Amino acid sequence: MSEHAEAYLDARQQAARQGQWRRLPLIHRQWLRWAIALGVVVYLILALASVEVNWARVAEGTSRGLRFIGAFAQPDFMSRSGDIVDGLIESLTMTLTSTVIGVMLAIPVGLGAARNIAPLPVYVVCRSIIAVSRTFQEIIIAILFVVMFGFGPLAGMLTLAFATIGFMAKLLAEDIEDLDWRQVEAVRATGASWWQTMNHAIQPQVMPRLIGLSMYRLDINFRESSVIGIVGAGGIGATLNTSLSRYEYDTSAAILLIIIAIVLLCEYSSSHVRRWTQ
Amino acid sequence: MLTLSGVTKRYPTGDRALTDIELTLPKGQVMALIGPSGAGKSTLIRCVNRLVEPTQGSIRLDDVELTRLSGSGLRKARRSMGMIFQEYALVDRLTVMENVLSGRLGYVGFWRSFLRRYPQDAVAEAFRLLERVGLPHAIDKRADALSGGQRQRVGIARALLQSPKLLLVDEPTASLDPKTSRQIMRLIRELCAERELATIINIHDVALAQQFADRIVGLRAGQIVFDGRPDELTSDILTTIYGEEDWDTSPESVDEPESDPTPAQYERRDITGAMASGVAP
Repeated sequence: MSEHAEAYLDARQQAARQGQWRRLPLIHRQWLRWAIALGVVVYLILALASVEVNWARVAEGTSRGLRFIGAFAQPDFMSRSGDIVDGLIESLTMTLTSTVIGVMLAIPVGLGAARNIAPLPVYVVCRSIIAVSRTFQEIIIAILFVVMFGFGPLAGMLTLAFATIGFMAKLLAEDIEDLDWRQVEAVRATGASWWQTMNHAIQPQVMPRLIGLSMYRLDINFRESSVIGIVGAGGIGATLNTSLSRYEYDTSAAILLIIIAIVLLCEYSSSHVRRWTQ
Repeated sequence: MLTLSGVTKRYPTGDRALTDIELTLPKGQVMALIGPSGAGKSTLIRCVNRLVEPTQGSIRLDDVELTRLSGSGLRKARRSMGMIFQEYALVDRLTVMENVLSGRLGYVGFWRSFLRRYPQDAVAEAFRLLERVGLPHAIDKRADALSGGQRQRVGIARALLQSPKLLLVDEPTASLDPKTSRQIMRLIRELCAERELATIINIHDVALAQQFADRIVGLRAGQIVFDGRPDELTSDILTTIYGEEDWDTSPESVDEPESDPTPAQYERRDITGAMASGVAP
């Protein structure tokens, strides 16, 4: 302990004896504290000043934006209904298949990526798979798969399945690392094999969360399917993209409303399922 | 039946948890292992069923050298050693029956256990044990719906379903009230007598240990410092095991201190204290 820290502690003890006490500051030196705060404010001002705003363009765009928002008041479900239904069915198929495939592949990767049950080499490999899957945003992967497999829902499905692996495996692995180890020890002490330990001690503990996360991922995948459609991976996103580029904002509004409704439905049902599995 | 010789455990951090343990346990004996927290009691019993790997030494159960086993040999050896845990360690989301039947995991194949198709005699025995511990009505309840004492009974049934020769019991009463603690200890004691099981019980409560064990072993800082009958355990010996303390159990009178130190004295003490810790050579 330095001379300074000692004096500081002494001063705090003196103050506390008088009933004066404040929480220890995160940054000990007062001048440094102020300097950092000031630096952040100055940088923020400079950064904002450097953003160029073309006010003429904003004025022009505002009316277009308002027209887009106004379309929500009178969405047109009918004139492109065939395209919308086709897109929706494609999206839902993509969502469900990619979630199922992704979760099935994520489970072994997740088991391997949990440090407390996997040996080091397996852990390293599985963690790298997760890292690769999580590094790239869905759109980038979608572009790659579209280049590889052509336009359409196959590319979309592969993209979403790939992204699901990273997401589910990471969260599953973290759940396994946090579980109650005594239950695992107790099952191992009966002479259970590795697979039996997985089934009797680990699965019961992580199952509710695994189901909850799968439901969550299902609705993420649905939302993503409408985004990756824009880069050519099929589904409702493709329909949405077409309507936007034709300036048919009323159709776009109808599609967006349907997406919102389906996401809300997913949300509602997933919270039900989670409560039921607890 | 169980023989430990020269058992030493050093954790990777360098802490020596056990040093050169020599211990022999005959069939049917209930041995209580006492000692302060961190003395190595849990480590010792976990070395026996290899939940913890001993660093050196030999542990033999009948004619099997436990320290050299691996894979299926280890699983076979583990099923003859039942373990009962502090805070029960039941799998919360499984039912009582599934928890008891998991005592049979070492005997059945993966698919049988996965589909919960246990052999008929195993199921019958599991139910008989549940009746013996007084919980036949709880068969389909989830383990986390039971009270502490009930959970520990399920834990006991699970351990006994292994048809063990040896019971390893880790602080069975640490989270139970005094009455339930006695009931649980009595149950363990009776079941051991019925089945002639050798038993090691880690326990904090010296009075319970004296009441229910045939033999007491005292552990301090990873070494055995006492080994004898319960009636040989005196205050002096408790001091060797746990350190200096007044072991008399009659109520203590609390004297008022003669004079309070003045604030000035406090202050001086504080400053010298701070300086002593600050100016380390």
